[in-house]
Amino acid sequence: MRIALFATCIVDAMYPATARATVKILERLGHEVVFPSGQACCGQMHVNSGYLKEAVPVIANHVAAFDAEDYDVAVAPSGSCVASVKHQHPMVARSCGDTALEERATAVGAKVYELSELLVDVLGITDAGGQLGSYFPHRVTYHPSCHGMRLLRLGDRQAQLLGSVVGIELAELPEADQCCGFGGTFSMKNADVSSAMLKDKTAKIIATGATLCAGGDASCLMHIGGGLSRQGSDVTTLHLAEILASTVEEPASVTGDIRVSTRKATR
Amino acid sequence: MSTFLGMPSLPVYGTGNLHASESFPKAAHRELGNAQLRVNLGHATHTIRDKRIQVISELPDWEHLRDTGSAIKEAVMARLPELLEQFEENFTSRGGVIHWARDAGEANAIVAGLIRETGETEVVKIKSMATQEIGLNEYLEGQGISAFETDLAELIVQLDHDKPSHILVPAIHKNRTEIRDIFLREMPSVDPKLTDDPAVLAAAARAHLRRKFLTARVAVSGANFALADSGTLAVVESEGNGRMCLTLPETLITVMGVEKLLPTWQDLEVFMQLLPPSSTGERMNPYTSLWTGVTEGDGPQTVHLVLLDNGRSAALADEMGRSALHCIRCSACMNVCPVYERTGGHAYGSTYPGPIGAILSPLMTGIQAEENNSLPYASSLCGACYDACPVKINIPDILVHLRSLDVDSKRGKKKIPTQMDAGMKAASWALSSGKRLGLLEKGLPLGRLATGPAKKITKLPGIAAGWTQSRDIPAPPPQSFRTWWAKEHRRPKIDAAPAPSPEKEDQR
Ligand code: SF4
Repeated sequence: MRIALFATCIVDAMYPATARATVKILERLGHEVVFPSGQACCGQMHVNSGYLKEAVPVIANHVAAFDAEDYDVAVAPSGSCVASVKHQHPMVARSCGDTALEERATAVGAKVYELSELLVDVLGITDAGGQLGSYFPHRVTYHPSCHGMRLLRLGDRQAQLLGSVVGIELAELPEADQCCGFGGTFSMKNADVSSAMLKDKTAKIIATGATLCAGGDASCLMHIGGGLSRQGSDVTTLHLAEILASTVEEPASVTGDIRVSTRKATR
Repeated sequence: MSTFLGMPSLPVYGTGNLHASESFPKAAHRELGNAQLRVNLGHATHTIRDKRIQVISELPDWEHLRDTGSAIKEAVMARLPELLEQFEENFTSRGGVIHWARDAGEANAIVAGLIRETGETEVVKIKSMATQEIGLNEYLEGQGISAFETDLAELIVQLDHDKPSHILVPAIHKNRTEIRDIFLREMPSVDPKLTDDPAVLAAAARAHLRRKFLTARVAVSGANFALADSGTLAVVESEGNGRMCLTLPETLITVMGVEKLLPTWQDLEVFMQLLPPSSTGERMNPYTSLWTGVTEGDGPQTVHLVLLDNGRSAALADEMGRSALHCIRCSACMNVCPVYERTGGHAYGSTYPGPIGAILSPLMTGIQAEENNSLPYASSLCGACYDACPVKINIPDILVHLRSLDVDSKRGKKKIPTQMDAGMKAASWALSSGKRLGLLEKGLPLGRLATGPAKKITKLPGIAAGWTQSRDIPAPPPQSFRTWWAKEHRRPKIDAAPAPSPEKEDQR
């Protein structure tokens, strides 16, 4: 299958290892990965902050970039960006009266999957250890991000994949379905409430005794990881893709250079 | 925006207790400092949340019920004028009297006038959001009329001269020790040895209220539903105090928002299955009272209904926002909201707190209403409210819509753009081209250098300081994914056709 990677702006710029891991997993399964080079961002930050006018060029760019590429399905290592492409792009195009863009956006949106969705529903992966060779000998807890959970209805796909990684010890996160408090510009506009939500989330993560918290959205992981770092905790965050890409031969580093963590900070 | 035939072309915005008096972040900051409030709220919301999930899990057709409820409400909004007239005809033909009120001021004046006609200076009240919304109690006090709340939680709030902080559990922010202290301080002839045992507190309230019920000749209520095909009003409650108010006095005055209509009796069946599980987490509520005009020799012989607009037409005129009027005030959205759970209801200023308040208040007052324009931002858009709402109001989408109305309403009005405006504009430029983003990413190593040996950013200026108040930012990576990919794929594979260089592709 020819799979187009939508890296998402935050992964592209801040967490390239997550995108490389996504490529690795798909190539390991024998698929061809392409990277539509015109891509930049889904525009969710603009839409969610009410800047619809400013979102339009961002959305138009995304649609053009993927329209121009020849591929079977697209994938993004982010539930929230996939939800934006699927739901927000046609909605914004409609609200500004651009029916041509709405149609193209709907077509592009129909072909994009969140990583676990693609792996489970399209590629039939149910056993990460057996089918992907995933190996990750650490105690891990898992935060299901809101948009993957409620907008894409990912259910337990991500957790199932994680659970089937060889060597992993999954520690259940109490009240996992509670938002971490990120919410894009909410974290700045309502910094106090956002911080209070984050504090409760990090406390629960730390109490699990896990080495790190995994998830499917880099932005939430940056938020949670940033909070853990500020609190001086050793617990870090890591994207699901990197855990799935990790093998016995090439294990993922949990103290990688770009994690927010006090551990690597002392390196 | 589209409007309906027969609607005033200029929307009449709501007045009364719909306005926040300070911005949400400011109010939230204060409320977050109240540790007792956080404990009380966390405990109470989690208890109701669990009960609700439990009861709903027993209903195999729950999703179907939600869809049906949503469809009925949508149909009501589409033909509201017609249904209102049908209701008026039926209610009037059964001896009821209808009054129309455009806003809070008109409604208050009508109610006060009706009470004055009876010669009474005391009324008993059933818990009602509409009368909170218009500030009826305060208005009546100014007119020399005392209104006594009979719902236990409403009574607590009233005795404490406080404001409700939740639409179903108005005293959710108080624990039982605080309640005992309020009773000891404010309730005449209460036993000075009162304990904080809930049963003891309830008994004290009952004794206090019984005296009022037996003497009151006028009652004021709200209504949960109005059935157009029969002219019937419905009150759904748990305690039975409402039933007393609806049956004992001679005069009954009801204040109800125009959106509470249902087309037929049969529709009530759907909502009676949706409401109790969503609000109190009960399979069924203990008391449901229905009345149709006047029944001779039984109950109040003078029955009034004040139909209240107060910004509802304005909300209805907003195509994206009008489904906020589907709300049946069950409070499920606030019980699951992580923001409400931490700030409590007072932070929202308006009578309507939580997720529904964050959309309903600005819809009813107009987004230009200062401070209410901060309400649509009081959400991380986690979507828990939408999932919990029994009539499937897509609160997150309406929040985003209202944010865009807010942003647009300020365009071109400010001499100097805000940091957020400038940032969004710049980001739109940078993020609408792979090439431009790629060029900017070339600067990542510089950012990396700037973070110093700790490889993290701990302090940012301006609006971004909100982020670094409790979170670090990782040092940027040495190279972006795009850069890595371009390097990896620069040379075309031997057996593949020559691919255009990534730089070229970027031109597209
Ligand atoms: S918006 Fe929905 S969940 Fe919230 S109070 Fe209204 S009906 Fe209940």
